[in-house]
Amino acid sequence: MIPDREHELHRRRRGRNFALGGALGVFVLLVFAVTVAKLADGQVIQGF
Amino acid sequence: MTDASIIDPAPLRSAPASGSGGAQATGGTPEPSVRDYVSLLKPRVMSLVIFTAFAGMIAAPSGVNPVVGFAAILCIAVGAGASGALNMWWDADIDAVMRRTANRPIPAGRMAAGEALAFGLALSVLSVMMLTVFANPLAGGLLAFTIFFYVVIYSMWLKRATPQNIVIGGLAGALPPLVGWVAATGSVDVAPLLMVGLIFMWTPPHFWALALFADTDYGKAGVPMLPNVAGHPETRRQILLYALLLAPVALAPAFTVAGGPLYLVVALALNARFVWGAFRIRGRADATARADTFAVEKKFFGLSIWYLFGHFAAILAEAGLRAMLGDYAAGMALL
Repeated sequence: MIPDREHELHRRRRGRNFALGGALGVFVLLVFAVTVAKLADGQVIQGF
Repeated sequence: MTDASIIDPAPLRSAPASGSGGAQATGGTPEPSVRDYVSLLKPRVMSLVIFTAFAGMIAAPSGVNPVVGFAAILCIAVGAGASGALNMWWDADIDAVMRRTANRPIPAGRMAAGEALAFGLALSVLSVMMLTVFANPLAGGLLAFTIFFYVVIYSMWLKRATPQNIVIGGLAGALPPLVGWVAATGSVDVAPLLMVGLIFMWTPPHFWALALFADTDYGKAGVPMLPNVAGHPETRRQILLYALLLAPVALAPAFTVAGGPLYLVVALALNARFVWGAFRIRGRADATARADTFAVEKKFFGLSIWYLFGHFAAILAEAGLRAMLGDYAAGMALL
């Protein structure tokens, strides 16, 4: 039998994994969107 | 400093970080939840940073692509959150003894100090790098300076050393509108510097009003806030002094490219109310304040939040008016 305490740990770990996955997904979309916006504006993609 | 003390600085100082209640893995390592990581970023401070940086960016005459602007604001927000995480890592011992902060993830035992350090450092590097790429190197450099100033100059040095801690340390919280402006324009101008001056001069009366009715907590934590070092009468005098010095700084943006008549009217009204509130605080005896549980001081603290919000909302409104009038003028020119 898995104790309740272990259950809570797994729940927290799963939450962290989903949050990290979501943050990475948002980051990829953000880089893609900025790239498209800068190309559309005719700017250089590099900020410097 | 040993490796262990770098990861967890609390043993270096007198008050140990203590607490319980966090879920622990079998090895005794805390298992923080997503909510703990979010609270490490100080979301309420972050919201103020986002608002002022956004105002600085929108007020900039050059304008900015909305997607790039959104990405830049996100970077500034993450940088502010990273500062918050590093501040909580360093100040865990203070947080443990203050009622307001005792339930933060590290003092409550829900997160290891090293975890907050790693999280804060990673987000600092990421936010500065991405702002440099998304906007420009000057904006990235200013964000890096802001994080450094808040963590090293304010948290590690000034906070425990001098009652002037929030006067000088307030610069870190004042810089976001400048970072927002520079992200849009790539250069520094008078208008964003005045916005920095506005937040910089506003910070002491705002925090000293809080310290007047929360001083027992700061005293218990050994943080030299003005009320428990110089006393309440001197703090009241300083609040009035800073309110008087703040007024011209707050009015000045009206005469820059970021301001206008609407801002001037709003700033005049807000500063008249703020100075009046500071006069009321100055005139109160300590016994009177304690008798009504610091009602006037608490009201002034609330007012100070609206004061700052009002100024930056007026800056945003001025930018909106300029955009509308610009469109109108362009339309008339076509006719």
